[in-house]
Amino acid sequence: MGDLSFAAVLSAFWLTIQLALFSAVGALVLGTIIAVMRVSPVRVLQMLGTWYVNTFRNTPLTLLMVFGILGATYTLGINLAPSSINDNNFRWAVVMLSVYHAAFVCEALRSGVNTVPAGQAEAARAMGLTFGQTMSQVILPQAFRGAIAPLGSTLIALIKNTTVAAVIGNQEAAGLMSETVENQGSSIGIFLIFALGFVILTLPLGLLFTSMSRRLVVKR
Amino acid sequence: MSTSVLFDAPGPRARRRHALLALLGLVIAVGVLFLVLRKMSAAGQLQKDLWTPFFTAEAWTQYLLPGIWGTFKAALISMVLAGIFGIVFGMGRLSHVTAVRWVSGVVVEFFRAVPVLIMMIFFFGVYAQNNVFNSELNPLAAVVTGLTLYNGSVVAELVRSGVYSLPRGQSEAGVSIGLTPSQVLRSIELPQALTAMLPALIGQMVVVLKDSALGYAITYLELLTWSKTLGSAYANTVPAYIVAAVLFITMNYLMTVLARQAEQRLSRRGRTTLPGVATAPTGGDVEPVPTGGIGGWSG
Repeated sequence: MGDLSFAAVLSAFWLTIQLALFSAVGALVLGTIIAVMRVSPVRVLQMLGTWYVNTFRNTPLTLLMVFGILGATYTLGINLAPSSINDNNFRWAVVMLSVYHAAFVCEALRSGVNTVPAGQAEAARAMGLTFGQTMSQVILPQAFRGAIAPLGSTLIALIKNTTVAAVIGNQEAAGLMSETVENQGSSIGIFLIFALGFVILTLPLGLLFTSMSRRLVVKR
Repeated sequence: MSTSVLFDAPGPRARRRHALLALLGLVIAVGVLFLVLRKMSAAGQLQKDLWTPFFTAEAWTQYLLPGIWGTFKAALISMVLAGIFGIVFGMGRLSHVTAVRWVSGVVVEFFRAVPVLIMMIFFFGVYAQNNVFNSELNPLAAVVTGLTLYNGSVVAELVRSGVYSLPRGQSEAGVSIGLTPSQVLRSIELPQALTAMLPALIGQMVVVLKDSALGYAITYLELLTWSKTLGSAYANTVPAYIVAAVLFITMNYLMTVLARQAEQRLSRRGRTTLPGVATAPTGGDVEPVPTGGIGGWSG
C-alpha cells in the first residue's frame, strides 16, 4: 500500500533484468542446439528441431508459464526450489522464457544461415577448403552477421515478455504494476513509469542491434 | 534441404555417421518422452478417466468452445482495429508533413516498446474505475485495446516497409502524370503495399491469437482461462493444459498455412510479398526486412 516508491520500482525492474538475463542465456544455448539440429543433414534431427519450433512458437507463453506452476509444480510435483515459493516461481519463469524463446533464436540463426548464398560454400569447396575450414572461415562468419538483426528483435521481445512472469506471481515490473493498480487504481502516471522503464530497457538495444546489423552487413 | 549451403552430398562414411546421429537423437527424444510420461503417471495424470472428459460433449460445449470463441473474438476485433490503426499511422509515418511523420513515429515506436501486458493492466484499471463498459465487457475491451495498440504499430511498420519495398518507378510515374505526393501514396503505393503485406498480416494473426492468452491475467475468459476452469472441474489440470496447448498450436498452425498459401498465390501472380513477422523465419532464403528500431515478437 501507500505510494509507489522509487526503490520498489527499481527492485521490480531489477527482477525484470535478472529474468531477461538468465532467460536470454538459456534461450541462446537451447536455441543454438535446436538450430544446429534443424540445419544438420540428419533427417531425424531436422524433424525433431522442426517439431520443437512449431510446438513452442505456436503455444502462448502465458500457457507455458501457468503450466509451470499449476501443472508442473502443484500437480506433477516438479518443484525447482522446495524451500522458497518465490524462487520456484522465478526459476519456472526462466525455464519457460528460455524454452519459448529458444524457438525464435533457432529461427533467427537459421535465417542467418539462409542469407549465405550456396555459391559461397561451393566456391570454398572448389578452392579445396575442408568442411571445417568452409564452416569457420566462410559460412559461419556470414551467417552470424545475417542473424544479428533477428537475434536483436528476439532479445527485445524476450525482455518485454518477462512481464508474462507476473501471471505466476513474480514481483517484476508487471507484477508490481498490477499490485499498484489494484491498491491505488490505474493512472496514466503509473502506466508511464512502467512503460518508460521498458522503453529505457529496449530502445538502446534496438538502436545498437540496428546499427550493428547495418555496420556488419555482408555486401552482396 | 537438398541444396543446403552447409553440407555436401554424404559419402558412405558420412552416411554411417548420420545414421548414428539419428539414432542418438531418437534415443534422447524417446528418453525425454519416457521421463515426461513417467512423471505424469507417477502423479496419476495418465489415468484414463482424466482424459475421457475430452470425448464428451459437455467438456466442449461448457468449456473449450466458449474458450476458443473468447480467444477468436478478441483476436478478430483486435486484428481489424490494428489494421485500421496501422494504415493510419503507417501513412502518417510516410507523410511529407514533418510534424505528422514525427508524431506517428513516436506513437508507433512507443507502443512497440511497451509490453502488451503492461497496456492491458493499465486499460483494465482505467475501464473498471470509470465504468467505460459494463463489468462483463471491461476485460475484453482491455485485451482488445492492448492488442490493437501493439499490433497496430507492427502493422504500421509493415505498411511503411511495404511502400519502401516498391520500385521507385511507381511513385516517379505517379508524380510525372501530375499526382500530388499524397495522391501517389493513396492511389498507387498503398494498394500495392497492402497486397504485398497480406501474408505478413495473416502471420501477425498468430501473434494476436497467442497474445490474447494474456487476457488470463486480467480475468478475460479465453481458452487458457476456460482450460483452467475445466482442469478444476474434472480435476485433470495437466490434461486440460495439454489439450489447450494442442488447440492453440492447431489454430496458429492453420494461420501459418493460410499465410503461406496467400504468399504463394500472390507470387504466382507475379507479386512480391513482404516477409512477415511470423512467416519470415520459415520463408526460406528471403532476407528479413531491416525495419530498424524496436520490435519483435510478443508472447
